[in-house]
Amino acid sequence: MKTKNTTLPLDNSPVLRFGNTGVFLMVMVLLLACLLMGLMLNVNIGSVSISAGEVFHMLIQGIRYGIANLFTNGAYGQALQNEINAATESQILFSIRIPRMLLAAVLGGALSISGYLLQVFFRNPIAGPFELGISSGAKMVVGVTLIFLAQYLGNISSLTLILAAFLGSLLITCVVLLFSQRVQNMSMLLVIGIMVGYICSAVTDFCITFADDHDIVNLTNWSMGSFSGANWDHVKIAVCICLFGLAAASLSAKSISAYALGETYAKSMGINVKLFRLVLILISSILSACVTAFAGPISFVGVAVPHITRTLLKTSKPLYMIPATFLCGAVFCVFCDLLARTVFAPTELKIGTVTSVFGAPIVIYMMVNRKKMEGV
Amino acid sequence: MERYVNIDNLSVGYDGKVLIHDINLQLDKGLILTLIGPNGAGKSTILKTLARHLQALGGAVYIGGQKISAWSAKEMARQMAVVLTERVRLELTTCAEVVAMGRHPYTNLLGKLTPEDITAVAEALERVHAMDLANRDFATLSDGQRQRVMLARAICQQPDIIVLDEPTAYLDIRHKIEILDILRNMAQEKQITVVMSLHEIDLAMKVSDYLLCVKGETITAFGTPEQILQQYSIEKLFDLQTGCYNPFFGSVELSKPCGKPQLFVIAGGGYGVSFYRGLQKRRIPFATGVLFENDIDYQVAKTLSDCVVSTPAFTPMKEEQYNYAAQLLLDCPAVVDAGAPIGALNQINTRLLSLAREKQIPILTQLS
Repeated sequence: MKTKNTTLPLDNSPVLRFGNTGVFLMVMVLLLACLLMGLMLNVNIGSVSISAGEVFHMLIQGIRYGIANLFTNGAYGQALQNEINAATESQILFSIRIPRMLLAAVLGGALSISGYLLQVFFRNPIAGPFELGISSGAKMVVGVTLIFLAQYLGNISSLTLILAAFLGSLLITCVVLLFSQRVQNMSMLLVIGIMVGYICSAVTDFCITFADDHDIVNLTNWSMGSFSGANWDHVKIAVCICLFGLAAASLSAKSISAYALGETYAKSMGINVKLFRLVLILISSILSACVTAFAGPISFVGVAVPHITRTLLKTSKPLYMIPATFLCGAVFCVFCDLLARTVFAPTELKIGTVTSVFGAPIVIYMMVNRKKMEGV
Repeated sequence: MERYVNIDNLSVGYDGKVLIHDINLQLDKGLILTLIGPNGAGKSTILKTLARHLQALGGAVYIGGQKISAWSAKEMARQMAVVLTERVRLELTTCAEVVAMGRHPYTNLLGKLTPEDITAVAEALERVHAMDLANRDFATLSDGQRQRVMLARAICQQPDIIVLDEPTAYLDIRHKIEILDILRNMAQEKQITVVMSLHEIDLAMKVSDYLLCVKGETITAFGTPEQILQQYSIEKLFDLQTGCYNPFFGSVELSKPCGKPQLFVIAGGGYGVSFYRGLQKRRIPFATGVLFENDIDYQVAKTLSDCVVSTPAFTPMKEEQYNYAAQLLLDCPAVVDAGAPIGALNQINTRLLSLAREKQIPILTQLS
């Protein structure tokens, strides 16, 4: 593979390397292949197994009608519906499995980016939306909304949920921020985050205990933490929000690289640090809120995935890290969801259960090796 | 005529509290200004205010005739680069990438490096002799290497003025010299103005065109190193109660042993220095003589002993000095012969030795 190297005008000087583009491309291709494989497996495997040939056929048909429908302003809507309703298999495929796996992929990516941005912000490789209690905060506000505000708001749309989750994320981020100014130690920040997370969970449990049965039904379904409730509307909203987040993060890549040197250096290179920090927190909160609103709190993805990605890429270059982290998160969650769905079928596991099994050991490993990571 | 850097009635401090006020100075382009002064005097505060990391609490700084507080962040970044004391923690980042961060104010939205940017990175690395480190992971470098790479990053920013906060901290003597040499070359060849703080007064004297002594609420002195040396004592600047700083050599002597002299050291020509220092370590008060005032021994002796018998340079020693020295010698239980050469002008020292022999005072030739 050809790496992008630039030779120097000076004699006898080595070739300067600014992030290894070759490795980056290789990792991206690898991750894409894994994602495709994961998606295929996800579509195939389940209580009703559908053969690859059938899947392919139905997909082509579905995409054909879908695209036609788009361009003819709904003329093919009926045909698409017919195609979907033609068999149980296609119904399962189009209404359950495909939206679910797409949601798992997109939200997995979003969660990882959210974690990555928090790590940049706190300059701490073991920060993540779940680990800092931010997901639990989002859950708390969503829970309160579902229990106490449902009667005033009538039908609760997914946008309301996202908004509630976003407010919760922001709230807890601010709380953690206040504490983070008083502790310098990376592990202490994590401990504080976990404690804040417990407090939020306690508040949520408290609300549940004193709520009507009717309201709790909504909540428990949601807080299971799984992608099982996915439908196309969710996918559309999630894709929009996550792509926005991804784009915004990519545009911040240059500032992220300068910020890695420290606040004062970043400032001396012309970066508006206050604005940059605000943008980081907002993007990270939007992304983790989106995940929490659709799938409940999911643990360890935010920490583990950026670490895996960094290890694969062998560079911290943000412009490479952001897309690769997104893709890696998608792969991670698609496979975790596959396991959650199939290992004890027909009983489904929480997605968080599976991500913890794989993510927590990585986090422990990072904590143990943090002396080395601090680079001192 | 307007000078390049013009600091006009500047007040600096933290949180609205003024620490140092009425800072006034002018500096031409391509010169090195060094801030010296005790810890906590506010050197860093002044530098941070210059670099706009702290807001000026009064007055203004003009660079190239423009008020720096009016510059945009990007303009500022193209005019001024900084090297700070804070430790940089980076993982999986090569030195070339670190240096390339200096191109930040010049690159596009995504930070893509153009061939000119890469040439600038290479030149900066070359200038700090760190080309061999280019593809090394920054986290694996030693302190000296890190400092050079951080300096390269600042150079790569192609500023007109570089602000450095204690660039030689943590470095051993070889790397201190390396860094300061690089700065001197940059000032000379590229006409880059350097403003920095240093702890090593001797190095500050040698590398700087101007010194600024920072202590207390106002600037205590500003001028060329020679002017500062003449009109202002370093002991005063640092509140040296014990010990002594010798501005000629930039060397430091520890506090002098107090009390009645226990030994008389016959020295001269630099032979006495190691004896004086050895006695200082053992906390033994001593007298010494007879020394010419241009002797190295004299420079050290006068800071370590209260009883130094000396004579003006290039004049023969006189009887009166002999008498004084003999009196001191006879009061001491022992005499040290440092082995100094005796010539036409210091025959008195031979007489002192004979006197010691005559009075059967033990004569040591080395400290046990």
